[in-house]
Amino acid sequence: MDKVKVVVGLGSCGIAAGAGKVYQRLLEINEAEGGLFELGKTSCIGMCYKEPLVEVTDGTGTYLYGEINDKRAEEIIEKHVKNNQVVTELVEYSDKIGGKEQDFVDNQVKIVLRNCGKMDPESIDEYEKRDGYKSIKKILENNISEDDVIKTVLDSGIRGRGGGGFPTGMKWKFARGYKSDEKYVICNADEGDPGAFMDRSVLEGDPHSVIEGMIIAAYAINATGGVIYCRAEYPLAVKRLNLALEQARKRNYLGKNILGKEGFNFDLYVKEGAGAFVCGEETALIASVEGKRGMPNKRPPFPAEAGLWGKPTNINNVETYANIAWIILHGAADYAKYGTEKSKGTKVFALAGKIRNSGLVEVPMGITINDIIFKLGGGIKEGKKFKAVQMGGPSGGCIPAELGDTIVDYDSVNATGAIMGSGGMVVMDETTCMVDVARFFLNFTQKESCGKCTFCRIGTKRMLEILERITEGKGEEGDIEKLQELAAQIKDSSLCGLGQTAPNPVLTTIKYFRHEYEAHIKDRKCPAKSCKQLITYMINEKCIGCTVCARVCPTKAISGERKQPHLIDQDRCIKCGACYDACKFSSIDKL
Amino acid sequence: MKITINGRTIEAKEGQTILQAALANGMYIPHLCYHDKVGAAGKCRACVVEVEGMRGLQTSCSVQLRDGMVITTDSETVRNAQKLVIDLMLSSGTHDCLACEQNGNCELQDAAYFLGIERPSVQYGEINREFDTSSEFIYVERNKCISCGRCVAACNNTVVNQVLDFGHRGHHTEIVFDTDIPMGDSTCVQCGECSQMCPVGAIVDKNAIGKGRIWEFKKVETVCPYCGVGCKLELHIDERTNKIVKVKGVEDSPTNNGMLCVKGRYGFDFVAHPERLTTPLIKENGQFREASWEEAIELVASKFKALKDEFGPDSFMGLASAKVTNEENYTFQKLMRTAIRTNNVDHCARL
Ligand SMILES: Cc1cc2nc3c(=O)[nH]c(=O)nc-3n(C[C@H](O)[C@H](O)[C@H](O)COP(=O)(O)O)c2cc1C
Ligand code: SF4
Ligand code: SF4
Ligand code: SF4
Ligand code: FES
Repeated sequence: MDKVKVVVGLGSCGIAAGAGKVYQRLLEINEAEGGLFELGKTSCIGMCYKEPLVEVTDGTGTYLYGEINDKRAEEIIEKHVKNNQVVTELVEYSDKIGGKEQDFVDNQVKIVLRNCGKMDPESIDEYEKRDGYKSIKKILENNISEDDVIKTVLDSGIRGRGGGGFPTGMKWKFARGYKSDEKYVICNADEGDPGAFMDRSVLEGDPHSVIEGMIIAAYAINATGGVIYCRAEYPLAVKRLNLALEQARKRNYLGKNILGKEGFNFDLYVKEGAGAFVCGEETALIASVEGKRGMPNKRPPFPAEAGLWGKPTNINNVETYANIAWIILHGAADYAKYGTEKSKGTKVFALAGKIRNSGLVEVPMGITINDIIFKLGGGIKEGKKFKAVQMGGPSGGCIPAELGDTIVDYDSVNATGAIMGSGGMVVMDETTCMVDVARFFLNFTQKESCGKCTFCRIGTKRMLEILERITEGKGEEGDIEKLQELAAQIKDSSLCGLGQTAPNPVLTTIKYFRHEYEAHIKDRKCPAKSCKQLITYMINEKCIGCTVCARVCPTKAISGERKQPHLIDQDRCIKCGACYDACKFSSIDKL
Repeated sequence: MKITINGRTIEAKEGQTILQAALANGMYIPHLCYHDKVGAAGKCRACVVEVEGMRGLQTSCSVQLRDGMVITTDSETVRNAQKLVIDLMLSSGTHDCLACEQNGNCELQDAAYFLGIERPSVQYGEINREFDTSSEFIYVERNKCISCGRCVAACNNTVVNQVLDFGHRGHHTEIVFDTDIPMGDSTCVQCGECSQMCPVGAIVDKNAIGKGRIWEFKKVETVCPYCGVGCKLELHIDERTNKIVKVKGVEDSPTNNGMLCVKGRYGFDFVAHPERLTTPLIKENGQFREASWEEAIELVASKFKALKDEFGPDSFMGLASAKVTNEENYTFQKLMRTAIRTNNVDHCARL
């Protein structure tokens, strides 16, 4: 019988949760047991909320164990590996016996993430075993023409996953149309949206799929060179990409006369970006690759005409490229089976915020927001109420719970005032203040503006100051109108997408949660009881005088005799909430 | 071709932008990032106008004219947008004009005046950028910078010294020298092009600070005395003291297009230097004494004549200076050839 396989998820998320230690422990056990089982590594499996994850494959099926520590690892080896007793209470998912997280797995369709968590990302052999590099071989062996490759991509209906949603086949067609002795393909792996980690997971978990997508793009547009622009904050992704590039070169997937095709010369390198959000904008990215300050430039000319070093350039997102090999291998029709009329295929989302299952999911386009949040995401943490979801990161907007049955495709999401964006989904519950959410995102874009356009540079700052005032209870009549006026000008007159979309979080929260703004301004109240300056802590009649609150208060604002009701001195209270959290008798009200 | 601006039909040239045609016809449109020399940047949005058949507001500095274009620069929409731009700029710097060097010569002030903005409608944010006094001739006050980018474009593309760029992000964006080091420690050659380009008082000539307002000076156009390039200068002269306070390059001059080098722009202190020779001196018994021009020239002429009679014309050699003008050099060789009658004449610029 084959040895039992034990695989540890070693993506950034797993490592952060302690998977490195678990792997180390398993290594020790295996050595002590004389190589009892086959120990392997993989990357992010998607179930980030259950990290560290260990998957055991025996003769009967696969068993994914969650929240593993040294002790549990020992238990699993002892019971499952040695004695064939599945530790059912720790199984999150199994293709044999289901498991606690069956819904999370069953509602997904994995195209982009087809290999993530399923193989060792540092092994080109494993990638090849899972259909890797078959697509580029298929093209070259069957002499499929450049135009036919582009046609397949066009017919699949795939649209750019970097946020803009521009049809990928169309983009390739433009780039192919411009004649030049040098052309480039670029992969945008800058992933700057706070809370987004889709691209990181793909790069860490399946770097070859992105490289293969780029090789196919290079073939289609006749590119001579390429760059993967990856943020330096993703050291593991950069390491695995470089390793993968080296392996691909050795097997002639990159280099001169690729796979024997005379004249098909193409190679790639990884350029590390220094972590400016605006460098994800394509013209700024190109400037940055050229060694200039990452500032956007006017389009046209679009990169397809004059991009890197002034040459025709095709630039796509990580996820876009990761789809390509699958599309070529399975055909356009298979891909277009998924999705809606104008948004085909699947989309990867990073679920974050107040959602129970925070992690990575890949779903077919057309699924509703509610399905993502409740079926896959397991609903809201601590049984609280779903209030809104921010889609599209700082360029996107807040979609309220009432619009939860909105289907996820480019046009339906746009209609709400948010955008599909790159796939960040930040979920909010009843304790989230929507004015504060708007302030949070605007603070981000404001800081990340490249400073070129007056409105984006100064206008966002002035908007932020107004929002800060409102959350501090110093809002004034007319603030909402001033915000709207500035927002309109910033959207209208900014050069690049950063400025053009920066006001979206403010505009959508005003649109759907105007009453919260008004409550802050007129009543000096924060309905979500989240804005510090607008809440008051009061001791009610349930107080039994246990003195706990008085002892935890850092400013000694609480007084009272033992066994007598206590009192908070509002002038000294700094609203830290320590008493509220400490009281065991619900005698402190947050008003 | 003919275009219409605010109902007035004007003749315009092919290749002109809306802004250029308007300015050429005496119609002011506020503009801050645009300068003839560095071209359109489309950054500040102060120059927006409405164009019939085009959606939204257009930046007049970057839109090329088409025959028959109908343009409005004074509608309420346009004015509101322009006001907001200026308003935001005023709100983001210490634009208190009273003691500013550029008072009366400031394009932001012009725009605010034109639009009737007395003070910004939003309050100053935190504005506490450091002053840079490290350069010998140039003073930088980033609190007044409106990030128009003209200095950056000029330093990189016009004089091609590549010292200036933008650094940092968001509303902290500011101009930086090399790797954000003090100007005086940078590779700046102090050509002063950035100070010439700055529309506000953010980069100014240090030596002129506090010496008077632009309108108090007499402007004299002349040619730089330093080298044979012959850059055109505009001297700003304080007539009360009869001293040069500041030198600017003349923008449309074909020789230098407004550019100058550090000597031409800042090296004028010799003009009023106490040790400068202002009358001829004649040496007698090892001692100099002051003399009149007539006496001095008489003396030189008589000595030359005597030498020529005794040793012949070719015993003379004339060496002219690169610091004087072509015309002066021409006169000099004429003197050597016709008066002295020798061809022994040369020039110091044989490097
Ligand atoms: C401010 C800003 C930030 C962006 N950041 C990213 C990013 O991090 N990753 C990305 O793929 N695209 C980003 N984009 C979109 C890119 O400009 C570009 O449209 C995209 O990379 C094209 O690839 P696609 O067609 O495959 O989506 C950003 C755009 C803007 C305006
Ligand atoms: S919109 Fe903002 S980020 Fe984009 S170019 Fe203008 S200033 Fe820079
Ligand atoms: S003085 Fe000249 S070299 Fe120095 S920063 Fe200004 S433009 Fe550049
Ligand atoms: S220093 Fe002057 S020229 Fe340079 S960006 Fe600032 S305002 Fe413009
Ligand atoms: S002058 Fe036209 S945008 Fe600045």
